[in-house]
Amino acid sequence: MDIVVLCKFVPDLVEDLEIDASTHLLDRNFLRLMPNELDDHALEEALLLKERHGGTVTVVTVDAGDVDEALYTAAAKGADRVVKIVGEGLDQGLSSQRLAALFAQAAGEWPHDLILTGTQAVDDLDGFAGALVAARLGMPYVGYVTKVASENGAVVARKEYPGGLNADIEIVGQAVLGIQSAEKPPRYVVTSKVMAAMKSVTIEEFEAGDAQADLELPITGMAVPQSAAHAEMIVGSVTEVAEKLAKLLRERGLVA
Amino acid sequence: MCGDICVVVETLRGQVAEITYVMLAAGRQLAQGLKTKLTAVLLGQGVQKLADTLGAADRVAVLEHPALAEFNPDAYLTALAAVFAGRTPRVILCGHTAMGTDLACGLARRLKLPVATSCRTFAIEGPDATFAALTCGGKLIAAGRLPDPSCVATVMAGGYKADAGKVAKTPPIETLPVPAGLDAVRTRFKQYIEPPAGDVDIAKQPILVSVGRGVQNKDNIALAEELAKALGGVVSGSRPVIDQVWLPSTRLVGKSGKQVKPKLYLALGISGAPEHAEGMRDAELIVAINRDEKAPIFGFAHFGAAVDVLELIPALTARVKQA
Ligand SMILES: Cc1cc2nc3c(=O)[nH]c(=O)nc-3n(C[C@H](O)[C@H](O)[C@H](O)COP(=O)(O)OP(=O)(O)OC[C@H]3O[C@@H](n4cnc5c(N)ncnc54)[C@H](O)[C@@H]3O)c2cc1C
Repeated sequence: MDIVVLCKFVPDLVEDLEIDASTHLLDRNFLRLMPNELDDHALEEALLLKERHGGTVTVVTVDAGDVDEALYTAAAKGADRVVKIVGEGLDQGLSSQRLAALFAQAAGEWPHDLILTGTQAVDDLDGFAGALVAARLGMPYVGYVTKVASENGAVVARKEYPGGLNADIEIVGQAVLGIQSAEKPPRYVVTSKVMAAMKSVTIEEFEAGDAQADLELPITGMAVPQSAAHAEMIVGSVTEVAEKLAKLLRERGLVA
Repeated sequence: MCGDICVVVETLRGQVAEITYVMLAAGRQLAQGLKTKLTAVLLGQGVQKLADTLGAADRVAVLEHPALAEFNPDAYLTALAAVFAGRTPRVILCGHTAMGTDLACGLARRLKLPVATSCRTFAIEGPDATFAALTCGGKLIAAGRLPDPSCVATVMAGGYKADAGKVAKTPPIETLPVPAGLDAVRTRFKQYIEPPAGDVDIAKQPILVSVGRGVQNKDNIALAEELAKALGGVVSGSRPVIDQVWLPSTRLVGKSGKQVKPKLYLALGISGAPEHAEGMRDAELIVAINRDEKAPIFGFAHFGAAVDVLELIPALTARVKQA
């Protein structure tokens, strides 16, 4: 089975997010980017499938953030090819529609029975890359997938519903799957293997060209939510906080 | 349906899902503001009787076919694309859910419409309908216009009360013709896999000590267990904790896990992402500990403290035990 994994970089949410005073959008100047967590699960699921059924894994990402390191890491984990989509302004934040246009173009260049990607990314606003890629390529899409199996020439995607219920959906032919979590936690790879990949692996480049997105969504502004009902903050040292909290819980009859 | 607000009804195992009522509440507001009608589109097999539960809509359009008996992404997409082709509804609302997010993007592209995802609230501003969407794990709100003349939007729980979308009334029903192509789809529902049984049901616990990625590693779960024991509660967790197998999947709180409403929800090192909030924001008392004082969880917790959880948990356990 030949699999293409689509990965994107997203804002690191541990950092403070600032709004640009002139555009009213997320200020990307000092933004730290990191790989989208669910894409990492998609890569893991692809590697598990390769281990079981053979085939190849090609990882495609867009040139924004520390992508080379992420691609070498993917290669060290077992990806056969690593590809970077390069072009002007790709690090300025892409809409999902634009990203999907690029991914759909690039994915076609490499063999793919399956395309896997994270079911969504933390900064999606105008769609999800995987579902949009599927629509562009005319392939079926199933999201919220937690397990992928290959049975009698068909793919069976385990789809997650609330409360721990799952459903198996069978797909005949090529498909795009949005991964919610891999069957196992994504594997860890030691730095020495990543360093070795840096020496032996070549990152292939794919020119973005001037493929423009259509159906863009007008975002007029962003803001940090100002909640009217902010939590009442308990201040002090850890000991003081523990003391006040225990008192609060006792007053409310919550200490058994 | 031209110019209507259309809600794609979500059903699971013959039951209307709660998000449908959230969408109907949102849809009613939009329809009122734009002086148009609210149509519920109900797909399935043997589902017409559910129309009685969709009284918030001005009418229910029903499409039944064996291929729609259980959720099947390709079949539902084929059906919806045919239902809306050439009709230009003002807005098509889908759930920001396992089902709705499989449909919204494909539907939008087939109909050549833009799509707005993770919308929480809508508003009418002059001639425009606008949306507010939660993004970046709840750390930002993005606002925009719902593009004319037509677009698709996914609706998250949290912006509207489901009860506002529940109206006891039997709306008129329109039966839609079965479109071509439903027998030729490439996806097929195979079977349900039931949730694992045997563990405690966190939805029934009065006290939950809930841990997030902030507890750092599996070994620290023991600290939370000890606090839970002292409080007479059990330990639950956020998605990363379950995905790392620090806790079993039965302990997951949130959109893909359990909806909980305990007397006390102690959130330890949990950021408060919308998918987590969806499962616990109705708890009677939410106390959040997070060293980032800007963490979204403080926006809806009742009490909070910006301290290190790994230091606080043992200190709190000791104080509780002294009681
Ligand atoms: C389709 C979908 C469904 C999902 N369903 C669910 C679901 O059901 N349940 C769920 O929980 N999530 C769900 N998620 C994931 C959700 O979006 C968030 O990623 C997740 O809730 C984050 O978990 P967290 O708060 O533990 O981790 P993070 O967001 O990483 O937050 C960790 C927090 O810990 C704090 N912290 C770190 N170290 C310390 C310390 N020493 N002391 C104090 N604080 C510390 C940090 O400041 C941070 O705020 C879903 C996502 C998707 C896309």
